[in-house]
Amino acid sequence: MPTDTHRAIEAVWRIEAPRLIAGLARLVRDVGVAEELAQDALVAALEQWPAEGVPDNPGAWLTTTARRRAIDRIRREQTFRRKVEEAGRELEESSPDIGALVAEDDGIGDDLLRLVFVACHPVLPTPARTALTLRLLGGLTTDEIARAFLVPEPTVAQRIVRAKRTLAQARVPFEVPRGAELTARLSSVLEVVYLIFNEGYAATAGDDWMRPELCADALRLGRVLARLAPREPEVHGLVALMEIQASRTAARTGPGGEPILLAEQNRARWDQLLIRRGLAALRRAEDLIEGDPGPYVLQAAIAAGHARARRFADTDWVRIARLYEHLARVAPSPVVELNRAVALSMAYGPEAGLALLDQLTAFPVLRDYHLLPSVRGDLLAQLGRHAEARAEFVRAAALTRNERERTLLLARAAAPPEPAPGHP
Amino acid sequence: MRFMVITKATAASEAGEPPTTEDFETIGAFIQELVDAGVLLAADGLQPSAEGARIYFDGGKTTVVDGPFTETKELIAGYYLVETKSLEECVEWFRRYPIRQAGGAPANLEIRRVFQAEDFGEEFTAEQRDAVQRREATVAGN
Repeated sequence: MPTDTHRAIEAVWRIEAPRLIAGLARLVRDVGVAEELAQDALVAALEQWPAEGVPDNPGAWLTTTARRRAIDRIRREQTFRRKVEEAGRELEESSPDIGALVAEDDGIGDDLLRLVFVACHPVLPTPARTALTLRLLGGLTTDEIARAFLVPEPTVAQRIVRAKRTLAQARVPFEVPRGAELTARLSSVLEVVYLIFNEGYAATAGDDWMRPELCADALRLGRVLARLAPREPEVHGLVALMEIQASRTAARTGPGGEPILLAEQNRARWDQLLIRRGLAALRRAEDLIEGDPGPYVLQAAIAAGHARARRFADTDWVRIARLYEHLARVAPSPVVELNRAVALSMAYGPEAGLALLDQLTAFPVLRDYHLLPSVRGDLLAQLGRHAEARAEFVRAAALTRNERERTLLLARAAAPPEPAPGHP
Repeated sequence: MRFMVITKATAASEAGEPPTTEDFETIGAFIQELVDAGVLLAADGLQPSAEGARIYFDGGKTTVVDGPFTETKELIAGYYLVETKSLEECVEWFRRYPIRQAGGAPANLEIRRVFQAEDFGEEFTAEQRDAVQRREATVAGN
């Protein structure tokens, strides 16, 4: 098979798969079956296109092929059901509407949105949600998903098979949740997308390139979602957060792959296009908000605060500390409190941060979290309490799993006390 | 991967003729598809070259020449900045570009990959950074 055609088919698949599967799912009311039908159409394309060439409208070709198979399948099932009925049994579930086959792609956006909600359904465990979302909506192969998440391919394949079975068994309806349920279900969708993004963001230099690529996959999903659910401020908030975080990609690691902290990043390497897109998404979110902003909008606002500062010294820490305080109320977490402590110390001096940190030591989650003693050591050193600072650095060094960080912390523990600049 | 898709000038675009209402709608629908798919990062159309200028650097000499420029087909008339998985995906999207030249005259879109951080990564040594600075200096005519 000519490689060119094969790659063209892959590209067509990437573009068409989500819409194709979503449209089929509306017909057959089963995401798993829809995915299989779409796969069948892909196989047909792989057989025919290398010989006949890629059709002018490859999306329509795939849709027609898959729909034809869907109709066959529905007819078979209906014949089967009739026979069952003739045998005198009751048929509880309604059969899919064959008339819908005649209607063209009206409301494909609605179908995509339904597909998103089904793929991220809470009946599924989180790894299944991410795998299914990337497969159905990102157009990724199981192999690509496996490489990106550093797990064997059969594991991902099995996760997807099980997920499809679970959805069918639980009779998860192919629909967008309404009313009070919508908020909870939407937050499950956003969580999955942000999880995919963070998996990519956590990738390091030696990793397979599929891993950092997850950031782009998540961003694309987020942008799609913002078009599908344009009235939801949190969707725009998540997009803003991801765009702004992605803008720092070039600056956040050094030539050897070592992480570079926000304070030391070369801001000239931040991607201004992504920052502009992020700030625009944040504005859209803020325009839609009625009442209190949600956690993604607040995190995006914090990221925007950094993005707007041309130099680290220009950062508006008072504002950022206030946003963290707000975030701690909306989405309380010890890690948010830790960040708030850092922001407070930057805004009002080390004592302010230390006062909050001392309350945090009570959280069991933070007991083994190396950043707590590391930040505490930092603030103590600024206050000239060097003996205590050293003890904290040693503790942090023992807790971190990152070799480079450990070396750095031990060096700080061993260093002679130096006057802290700015805090005499 | 980020790509810039460059559209070329035509006699009509160089004459400053605005697109027909029909073309405007067709291209609008295409752009909407790119946005809906989360692929489009930015796009702009350019005014005729009569509204622009060129700066020539030759040795120590700098010359500014106002537009218009004659080699219409080589002129840039606009660009799309997109993020796709591969060159093939970008090609697949823009094979669907809906605007054709009047009378079916030949035209082309040029697709170019944009340099990004990962293109340098670990290989981007201090020497290469110097090389880039040297290149930039060459471009500036020093």
